[in-house]
Amino acid sequence: MATTNRPLAPHIQIYRPQLTSVLSFSHRVTGIALSAGSVLLVIWLITAAAGEQAFYPLQSFLGSWAGLALLFIWTYSLFYHLCNGIRHLLWDSVIGLELASVYLSGWIVVFASAILTAGAWIAASLMAP
Amino acid sequence: MASSDTRTPVHRAVGLGSAKSGSAHWWSQRITAAALVPLMLWLTGSLISLAGRDYHAFIGWLHNPITVVLLSLLLIALFRHTVLGLEVIAEDYIHARGLRIVTIGLLRFAGVILAASGIFAMLVIAFGGY
Repeated sequence: MATTNRPLAPHIQIYRPQLTSVLSFSHRVTGIALSAGSVLLVIWLITAAAGEQAFYPLQSFLGSWAGLALLFIWTYSLFYHLCNGIRHLLWDSVIGLELASVYLSGWIVVFASAILTAGAWIAASLMAP
Repeated sequence: MASSDTRTPVHRAVGLGSAKSGSAHWWSQRITAAALVPLMLWLTGSLISLAGRDYHAFIGWLHNPITVVLLSLLLIALFRHTVLGLEVIAEDYIHARGLRIVTIGLLRFAGVILAASGIFAMLVIAFGGY
């Protein structure tokens, strides 16, 4: 096809990041992170079924700094994807599509996901014996 | 219907559009999303309450029939939702047609295998007498 001289959409490298585009991209990135977390959930169930000997190596890794960092990333990804997913479901119901509402709901997602992540980790640290 | 509509009555009635799959993918993504909102909140809350506990506490939790049913439903919805989402990403970024088709096929297989494995592992715990 002779498409070489067609005008192109603004290229990503010269496109100024906006809240809307950053949140949209983040939805995909957190979705990919959560896909990896879902695989870990299944591995965790399999090691639990395989018995106590198989369970502890993974469990002790998750208790290490690297494991806790991964769990923290997954917790944040989950709450971000959840909050922004609800924002998407509202849009699908034709709610909040005006530009001002899109920015307001975007900031709500940013703060709600941070608060929920912090709340989950504070609750977990209070629960831990 | 506008007179400029060149679609046949059958095409219009079936309503699958030019992509031949209609709104099935889109709708399934939304339904699984709606199901996952309460299910993931339940799982997160459960795992928080088990934080720092030993193997027997986890196994005890996995022996609860409510856990087995909800976690099975969660795994089905989760992997359906995950595969649908990764499919869209593959469609957007993998331009070589053959590789794209193979990737999407493998994603679908992986989703079913992982959900089935997770549910089987739970049933082993529930019925295996740990």
